[in-house]
Amino acid sequence: MKKFTSLKSIPAYLPIVNIDTDMIIPKQFLKTIKRTGLGKNLFYEMRYDNDGKVIENFVLNKKPYNNSNILIAGNNFGCGSSREHAPWALLDFGITCVISTSYADIFYNNCFKNGILPIVLDEDKIKELSEYSNRQEEILVDLKDEKITYGNNEVSFKIDPFKKKCLMEGLDDIALSLEKSDKIKSFEDKLKIKKPWLFNDQS
Amino acid sequence: MSKTLYDKIWNEHLVHEQIDGTSLLFVDRHLIHEVTSPQAFEGLRNTNRKVRQPNLTLAVVDHNIPTTDRSKGIDDEESRIQVETLEKNCKDFGIKLFGMTDKRQGIVHIVGPEQGFTQPGTVIVCGDSHTATHGAFGSLAFGIGTSEVEHVLATQTLVQKKAKNFRINVNGKLALGVTSKDVILQIIGKIGTAGGTGSVIEYAGTLISNLSVEQRMTICNMTIEGGARAGLIQPDEKIFNYLKGRPMSPKNENWDKALNYWSNLKTDNDAEFDKEINLNGKDIIPMVTWGTSPEDVIPINGKIPNPENESNLDKKNSIIRSLKYMGLKPDTAVKDIKIDKVFIGSCTNGRIEDLREAAKILKEKKKASHVHAMVVPGSGLVKEQAEQEGLDKIFINSGFEWREPGCSMCLAMNADKLKPEERCASTSNRNFEGRQGRGGRTHLVSPGMAAAAAISGNLDDVRKYNN
Repeated sequence: MKKFTSLKSIPAYLPIVNIDTDMIIPKQFLKTIKRTGLGKNLFYEMRYDNDGKVIENFVLNKKPYNNSNILIAGNNFGCGSSREHAPWALLDFGITCVISTSYADIFYNNCFKNGILPIVLDEDKIKELSEYSNRQEEILVDLKDEKITYGNNEVSFKIDPFKKKCLMEGLDDIALSLEKSDKIKSFEDKLKIKKPWLFNDQS
Repeated sequence: MSKTLYDKIWNEHLVHEQIDGTSLLFVDRHLIHEVTSPQAFEGLRNTNRKVRQPNLTLAVVDHNIPTTDRSKGIDDEESRIQVETLEKNCKDFGIKLFGMTDKRQGIVHIVGPEQGFTQPGTVIVCGDSHTATHGAFGSLAFGIGTSEVEHVLATQTLVQKKAKNFRINVNGKLALGVTSKDVILQIIGKIGTAGGTGSVIEYAGTLISNLSVEQRMTICNMTIEGGARAGLIQPDEKIFNYLKGRPMSPKNENWDKALNYWSNLKTDNDAEFDKEINLNGKDIIPMVTWGTSPEDVIPINGKIPNPENESNLDKKNSIIRSLKYMGLKPDTAVKDIKIDKVFIGSCTNGRIEDLREAAKILKEKKKASHVHAMVVPGSGLVKEQAEQEGLDKIFINSGFEWREPGCSMCLAMNADKLKPEERCASTSNRNFEGRQGRGGRTHLVSPGMAAAAAISGNLDDVRKYNN
């Protein structure tokens, strides 16, 4: 996983609430057995018409937002299906930071597994930042100090310390958990005695 | 200190806890399917890792398979590759799989309970958000992403932080024709699609405990539509009776031990919840969704909302957007909305009781001539049971198609989908834009309401057909 430390970009602004993962990446693209190559299908139904032609006035089809690394969106971003194809598609498109007032839990967790930073801010700050999108000015996201700098202003955000560490160091959390193999083993040994039915009756 | 059922299951599964609360939680049951697992197995291969507990893992194909004749395999090449990839992965890593021609095959959340793989007090995960379904058995069950699937395969654990406790009490009785689907739709309408974010919801109250096991699954299933990853219900005699004798249920002396353990899975009387709300069955009538979010619910005798009545600008814009997508005019009576298709099935409403409920309404009646209607049983065993009861004949005589089991038009990954602007009364769980096919318009309803809509040709009140 690629490390995330800081990021400077003109943000793209998508002022829609409850953007679900079906919207982010429709089901016809879930047939893949790969993690990569989904960027061209990100927000497919908003980006392309019924004939597959590019819809010019959709934000991510317009310059400079087609090169944005930051997406600002409405409340409850990433709700619905657990598909990790949603963060894979964002990442493949080039978006590594999302800013919203809230996220669905599964999507939020999935972001951290893929080097994407999901930031929670209150609505007033979102409106202020969206002005920078409209004016096509860059904003700076700094994970280490947990702040966003825009113009002469700053706003702080909060990230769970463990998740922050994993993002900043690009850690593989499976490797981290496997370091605790002894603990898992001893848990399993006790479990087999305490709840034998969990293991014994798989016909 | 007094604890909730969620607190107790959580504590029982803690392998390790860091100072900041980040915890390693043991997973007792892992369900996998063809769509969200290939990249996880690829990850295992790339790092030379094994599946730690293949015996605690069960695989089934469901999302991406045809519901028509399967004797010739799958036409769509990508779908076929995905199914074959799961077959290979299960073989290579020693995991039990219910393949496309296995009678036990079906939707993962129907198969787990049906086989007795789902058990009270366990932690159950699956790369699918509707894993919440299994909470009906008093288990902590939630959906995970593919990276987490890989983590569970490799370590049989998951890195988690504890959620908040949220209790929804539903008391009173349900009126005739009103089902648990209407209860959960009403709840989602009340709390909103982000209302449960960061929480585990426990459903309690006399109405909940009077529900059958299958109706409880419908409620827990759609918990995710209220933003909570998991919903659970204290297990009771109905649950224990349901599980007894199932192929993967505990047997002999293990049954006695399990039963003893399960019988003590209760929220303490004086346990505190971070949030609590109350509903009464007498206030619940058949519900329909009108928009493109599961929180967009109205009673069947209601009218489509008018954005002019909404003062919050974001909400107003959201209503305008939904109405445009749905092709609906403000203040239209719900019963005046004509439909093109009816879909009965999904992990929400694809169980035998759901089919019985729909068949009861359809018996000796024909669907409206302009309506295309299909039933997709939740599993091969549900299909078999329904056929033994003659339900298939009732559906076919009404003009429904009787299909093979799978997820089908709930997410429309296979050939079963809506065409642009087609309107569907669906027993599934999501009415998102494009969910059932690009431009398709979904109205979520109970199985009885779907049957009523098929007969009338428009959204209609099932109570009209209840004798």
